[in-house]
Amino acid sequence: MLQLIRHGLNGKRPFPRMWREHELKDRYEVVIIGGGVHGLAAAYYLARDHGITDVAVLEKNYIGSGGSGRNTTIIRSNYLTPEGVLFYDESVKLYETLALELNFNLLFSQRGHLTLAHNDSSVRTMRWRAEVNQLQGVDSRLIWPDEIARLCPQLDLSDHPRYPILAALYHPPGGVIRHDAVVWGYARGADLRGVHIHQKTEVTGIDVTNSRVTGVRTTRGTIKTGVVLNATAGWATLISDMAGVRLPITTHPLQACVSESLKPFLNVIIVSGSLHVYVSQSDRGELVMGASVDPYTSYSLDSTLGFLEGLSGHLLELMPSLARVKILRQWAGLCDMTPDYSPIMGFTPVEGFLVDVGWGTYGFKAGPVSGKRMAELIATDRTPDLLAPFRLSRFEEGRLVGEKGAASVGH
Amino acid sequence: MLLLTCPNCGERNVAEFRFGGEAVKRPAPEDVNRATWADYLYLRRNTNGMQREWWYHTPCGCWFVAERHTRTQDVSHTAFWSPEG
Ligand SMILES: Cc1cc2nc3c(=O)[nH]c(=O)nc-3n(C[C@H](O)[C@H](O)[C@H](O)COP(=O)(O)OP(=O)(O)OC[C@H]3O[C@@H](n4cnc5c(N)ncnc54)[C@H](O)[C@@H]3O)c2cc1C
Ligand SMILES: [Zn+2]
Repeated sequence: MLQLIRHGLNGKRPFPRMWREHELKDRYEVVIIGGGVHGLAAAYYLARDHGITDVAVLEKNYIGSGGSGRNTTIIRSNYLTPEGVLFYDESVKLYETLALELNFNLLFSQRGHLTLAHNDSSVRTMRWRAEVNQLQGVDSRLIWPDEIARLCPQLDLSDHPRYPILAALYHPPGGVIRHDAVVWGYARGADLRGVHIHQKTEVTGIDVTNSRVTGVRTTRGTIKTGVVLNATAGWATLISDMAGVRLPITTHPLQACVSESLKPFLNVIIVSGSLHVYVSQSDRGELVMGASVDPYTSYSLDSTLGFLEGLSGHLLELMPSLARVKILRQWAGLCDMTPDYSPIMGFTPVEGFLVDVGWGTYGFKAGPVSGKRMAELIATDRTPDLLAPFRLSRFEEGRLVGEKGAASVGH
Repeated sequence: MLLLTCPNCGERNVAEFRFGGEAVKRPAPEDVNRATWADYLYLRRNTNGMQREWWYHTPCGCWFVAERHTRTQDVSHTAFWSPEG
């Protein structure tokens, strides 16, 4: 405390910067476009696991300015398809030891995650998810109103609401984390190992010769490289267009908001698919709330009243006692939606141009596993088994990985 | 708030409409292969700018085409679909 005041008065920085600034070199072994959790994690694991440190991360704005700094930080692995569950479960496991690994306090709180079912068909889907989850060794089960009441007494469990609560899918390892800290931790770890992080560096073009990547053009100069990773989420198609690769992606805004601070009362994360709303309580006491993506494609980050009205109405159906609580802030982020609600990772028809995109409304939880496995793909030039189901060619092959049942409410 | 002009009913709040995605041309069934069919079903331009797209007006039950800017949300034109585009 005294130290802080002293440094505040003498105007010196008490701590060194967490990552350095560099001149843009005219050649890098690997260029990663996008300074969100995905791009930074890929850079980190390239350096840590494969000794590939001649890497540039190019970010047009500041790191974490995309979805990675705007999400509601829910981490879980209770998906619907076996491929999805296996993949997200590896990420949850990486998150469990990540604070230690990065030597950075990430405030990961595995407080339990409840998805409510309000009708028979959702009870059926929850049962299905629970079975798939358990087969993959993921802690996930169907619970009934008596147990729901013990976990979250604030819910209206009577038969009065228009959509009464019949059951819930309970996923104890589900949790929330400090998203900015994850981004900064990966950035610092990558920087320490020699990766160059270039903020305020916008990619304006990609050079392709004979279906092979040869370079990247930016607002600060041109870079020669043989490997480019597109990790730009909501902007993914704009970057892929530069390389002549088309993607099955549309960009939708996803909005979220927080309430004023309340005494801690909500110990779990509550999600309702039918009502399109989810809520958790942050360490500061604010309720962090979100819904589904905006109903039409857009690159705009504007907040809408329609979202706030819809969300409030639905939340009050679940917890009528929140009626007098005020909303503090509201914001939006851009989400790269795919037709099957699963990501797209790996090779494209242009050699050396790789994608880690299609993260929609659910990609923050996948940062560690995608970073680790995309780094492996780059280092070995082979698709790891875990990523194979998410290849771009699955659309042409008709082998979609349908996750809508577990991912349509944005978290 | 986004306002859209239904060719039947005039200007209304976007909450009355359903978005139908960007307008893509359906290939003739006799000359599709796997790639062109996947292209039609899944690949999108995802334009950051003026986009031709489908909308449905729920109260009157009609589909129409709009030209909307995907960042500013300016709608320059709405009309019933016609083969000339
Ligand atoms: C409101 C909201 C709530 C969410 N809640 C959750 C949740 O609870 N759990 C969860 O798992 N996921 C959630 N998500 C989704 C999650 O935030 C994203 O999927 C994830 O952050 C994507 O990370 P990324 O690193 O791929 O992309 P981003 O973090 O979006 O980073 C992409 C970066 O690319 C940069 N870029 C774009 N164009 C260029 C260019 N031409 N040159 C250089 N750089 C460029 C952008 O500036 C941006 O920083 C939520 C998203 C939103 C918006
Ligand atoms: Zn009408």
